[in-house]
Amino acid sequence: MILKVAFCLLLLALFALPPFLSSYWLDVICRTGIAIIGAMGLNLLTGSTGQISLGNAAFLAVGGYATAALAGRFELPFFAVIPLAGLIAALIGMLFGIPSLRLRGLYLAMATLAAHFIVAFVATHWESVTGGVNGISVPAPKLASYELDDDRKLFYLIYPLAILLLLFARNLARTRPGRAFVAIRDQDLAAEVSGIDVYRYKLLAFGLSSFYAGVAGSLLAYQARLISPENYPISLAIDYLGMIIIGGLGSVLGTVLGATFITLLPELLRLASSAAASHYPGLVELFASLKMGVFGLVIILFLVFEPHGMAARIKSFQRRWS
Amino acid sequence: MEFFLQLTLNGLVVGGIYALVALGFVIIFKSSGVLNFAQGEFLMLGAYVSLTIMSAFNVPFWAAFALTLLFSVVLGLLLERVVLRPMLGQPAISVIMVTLGLSSVLKAVVQGFWGTDTRPMPAVFRTDPVMLGPLPVSRGYLWSLGCVVVLLVLLNLFFRRTRVGLAMRATASSQQVASSMGISVRHVVALAWVIAAAVSAAGGMLLGAMRGGADGSLAFYGLKVIPVVILGGLDSITGAIAGGLIIGVLENLSGGYLDPLLGGGVKDVAPFVALVVILMIKPHGLFGGSHARRA
Repeated sequence: MILKVAFCLLLLALFALPPFLSSYWLDVICRTGIAIIGAMGLNLLTGSTGQISLGNAAFLAVGGYATAALAGRFELPFFAVIPLAGLIAALIGMLFGIPSLRLRGLYLAMATLAAHFIVAFVATHWESVTGGVNGISVPAPKLASYELDDDRKLFYLIYPLAILLLLFARNLARTRPGRAFVAIRDQDLAAEVSGIDVYRYKLLAFGLSSFYAGVAGSLLAYQARLISPENYPISLAIDYLGMIIIGGLGSVLGTVLGATFITLLPELLRLASSAAASHYPGLVELFASLKMGVFGLVIILFLVFEPHGMAARIKSFQRRWS
Repeated sequence: MEFFLQLTLNGLVVGGIYALVALGFVIIFKSSGVLNFAQGEFLMLGAYVSLTIMSAFNVPFWAAFALTLLFSVVLGLLLERVVLRPMLGQPAISVIMVTLGLSSVLKAVVQGFWGTDTRPMPAVFRTDPVMLGPLPVSRGYLWSLGCVVVLLVLLNLFFRRTRVGLAMRATASSQQVASSMGISVRHVVALAWVIAAAVSAAGGMLLGAMRGGADGSLAFYGLKVIPVVILGGLDSITGAIAGGLIIGVLENLSGGYLDPLLGGGVKDVAPFVALVVILMIKPHGLFGGSHARRA
């Protein structure tokens, strides 16, 4: 009870926050909300169903380019664009999911790796739709004549949507598909014997995860206003896997914590390295490598010492104090 | 016709390198069931370490080659002991994630030490080409192909003719039986990482010598071996070699003929298109066992 009240107060505080934030922190917070959506989808796939996708960056890109086309060319309003972008990402995802999910094992990881490079290739070459390497601009999300043209307004689009999608993911765990996902993760043979159509549910989980990624990609495109292939490197897909590993596989709370942590990590490193730059002037040049190294190290340390992620830490903390 | 032959030959040379790296990938998969996504970083590290040894100590390429192999052996042992061993018994996803984390760390280390610009490698081969019939072929290519063949033959002898090689094959076919026969599975896994690190480093050095330098793009070879091992069959060493050569030739031919039509970059995407096609029509690859079962 106390927890629930505290949680609601926290949410209220979050929603009261934007007017007081600088544009820098608003940008970070909006990107965090988007990362939470993308990571939640991936966690449904990896945490609940036990399949790995290296295609999250690709599906973010599909969602982004779909948004550019639907909002730019066809001038659709955002409440139509965002779900459509998710659906298109899910459909493209299926193209790669169908051949690989028929198989037992981690073939999805490889098929989605292929998806990543194929999508990147198409994004660079299909210039009439994607703008090629120069990228394409995305109009601000519009509702009638009202434009959500800065992060302060976008915040109120991103966070309600994120909360909705998190609730959906949490409730899904209590439904037949949700339980089927977990059964497949734990022992696919046993799941099959219990009458679960393993292929269908794996495909469903992957479709859902690509849908979430597409929605996140759509929001990301709306926020960035200009997207090009270099916004979607393979390291972005790995970042997303890192979020759910660090946060906690299969946990909604973990998704939020992990996505927040991985989005804030480079910002904190940037602050730290610019503070230290007066003593070590070389540090700023090394920033990209520093970020990558710290990211890798954090993942390895978590996997070795806390394989259940931050969520498990918090749960055990909670148990001890309640 | 000459264009075709040239492309095919280039493909075989690069394919040989793919074969080496894929071999490392397959050996790790067979001995411990781990997909190692840090394979490309081993390759990149090999190229950088060898060029540093060559310029710092002014030694010939073969000496740097040997020293770098030694370095990779130590690196493989160290990583297996410190990073992979604690992951024994963890779910496959966690172990794969560890190799992804490892690849980030290794990339960062390389960038920290050597920066992000291309590092030139001292000239290793004479630059005048050899004439194979009408076809001019660079010496580096021939040397590289030769080295790959020698390494593959040596490894094959190791697996077929030595007790340790037998232990590795036994472990690959069943960890449980192998360990009940007194084989130390832990040692076999450690050895697999050592071999994988060493063959990848060898590939990296040959690539560096052929290109005349090393840069961050070398790490991409680690991802390109994924189509190779899928084509060959994840658990087949013969498959890794055949797959490497086929993918090497395929990407060069498709790059050579389709790049003008599609506007570049075909070479890097063709292996991945092949990957999806293979998963559709022959998911266990050319030489793979029956492990790729339908779900």
